[in-house]
Amino acid sequence: MKCRVCREPAVIDVPRHNANFCAPHFLDMCRRQVRKAIDDFDMLEADDRILIAVSGGKDSLAIWDMLIDLGYQADGLYIGLGIGSYSDVSGEYARAFATERGLHLIEVSLRDDYGYDVPTATAATRRVPCSACGMSKRHLFDKAAIDGDYTVLVTGHNLDDEAAVLYGNTLRWELEYLARQLPTLPAGNGFPKKVKPLVRLSERETAAWCIIRGIDYLVDECPIAAGNRHLGFKAALNTIEAESPGTKTAFYLNFVEKVAPLLAAHAFANDVTLHPCTRCGAPTTGEICAFCHLVETASAHEPVPVELITGKGARRR
Amino acid sequence: MRVLLRNPRRELDIAGPRRVHALLADLELNRESHLVIRNGTLVPSDEELAADDVVEIRPVISGGAV
Ligand code: SF4
Ligand SMILES: [Zn+2]
Ligand SMILES: [Zn+2]
Repeated sequence: MKCRVCREPAVIDVPRHNANFCAPHFLDMCRRQVRKAIDDFDMLEADDRILIAVSGGKDSLAIWDMLIDLGYQADGLYIGLGIGSYSDVSGEYARAFATERGLHLIEVSLRDDYGYDVPTATAATRRVPCSACGMSKRHLFDKAAIDGDYTVLVTGHNLDDEAAVLYGNTLRWELEYLARQLPTLPAGNGFPKKVKPLVRLSERETAAWCIIRGIDYLVDECPIAAGNRHLGFKAALNTIEAESPGTKTAFYLNFVEKVAPLLAAHAFANDVTLHPCTRCGAPTTGEICAFCHLVETASAHEPVPVELITGKGARRR
Repeated sequence: MRVLLRNPRRELDIAGPRRVHALLADLELNRESHLVIRNGTLVPSDEELAADDVVEIRPVISGGAV
C-alpha cells in the first residue's frame, strides 16, 4: 500500500476515505478534519480560553495534542472517579501527558472533594454505574468551565461516539435528545459553550493519531463499561461500516446537516423552567439539582469497592 | 508469530506468514475497531506479517455513557 499523497509506503488504510496514508500525511488528514469541524460548526476562536475534559484515554489526549498543535491555548480537567486501579492509572496518563508538555491540568476528586466515588454512588442510587458517573462528570465539567472563566468546554467525543448515541436515540425516536445532539452547543442558561472537535474522526483514527505521535494513553477500558448498550451500538455500526465504508460518517454528518435543523424546536423545550440550584447554583428544574442530591445520597453511603459493582452491574444490564 | 491482544490482555501464537487483514479475519476481529502495531509502528491491512514477528492487536473502541 502506498500513501495517496506522496506514494511512500503507507502505515494505515482509511477505507471511509478510500485512501492509504504514510504517517505525516495521515496526521495532515486528521488536522484537516478537525480544522473543518471547528470552522463548519463555529467551535473555537483564536482567543478562546479552552478547557478540555481529559480522561487519560486516547480521544481526550489526542484532542488536547491537536488543539495545542493547531495553536490554541487549552487547559485540561481530570476528574478522579474512584473506579479502582482503572482510575489510578488513567490519572497517571493524564498527568504525564500534561507534565511532559508543560500544560496545565486541573484535578477534581469525587472522593476527596465530594465524599463519594462511582462504585459507591452506583450502590447508593441502585442505578447503572454510567448514570451516576456521567451525571457527575457533566456537572463538574460545566462547573469548572464556569468557575474558571473558560469560554468553551471541549470534549473528546469522536465520530463513533456520536454515531452510536445517534443510533440509540433514533431507535427510540428520542426527539429532544436528537435535537440536542449537536457538535456545538452554545452557552446559555448557566451552561458553558460545549464543542466536540473530533466528530469528523473515527476512534480508529484518534487511536492512530496517538500511536503515531507517541502519546501514551490508557488502552484498558473502564471495568464497568463492558457489555453496556453503547458498546453494542458501536459494534452494530462497525459491522455495517465494514461492509459499506463511510456509512457512519454519512449517518452522523447528514443528521447534523439535514435532520437536526428540522428538530430545532424540540431542542430547548424544557430549558425555560431552569433556575439555579439553592445549594450549588447549577441550573436545575427542581430546588436542589440532581448532582447535589447524588452527593447527599452517595457520601452518606459506606464506601463500596469497584469489584462489587462489576459483578452486579454485569447481571443488571 | 506472537500476537498480543488487549481487554482482556492475552497472547496467542499464530502460524505465519499472514497478512494483517487475514489475521484479523481469522480472529473474527473487525478492522474498524482494531489497529495492528509491530515494533511500535502501525501496519496497514495488506502488510505481510512474518512468522517471527511480534505484533499487538489494539482495540480502539471506548465504552461508557458519554
Ligand atoms: S464507562 Fe466507566 S468511566 Fe465511562 S461513564 Fe461508565 S462508569 Fe463512567
Ligand atoms: Zn505520504
Ligand atoms: Zn446543586
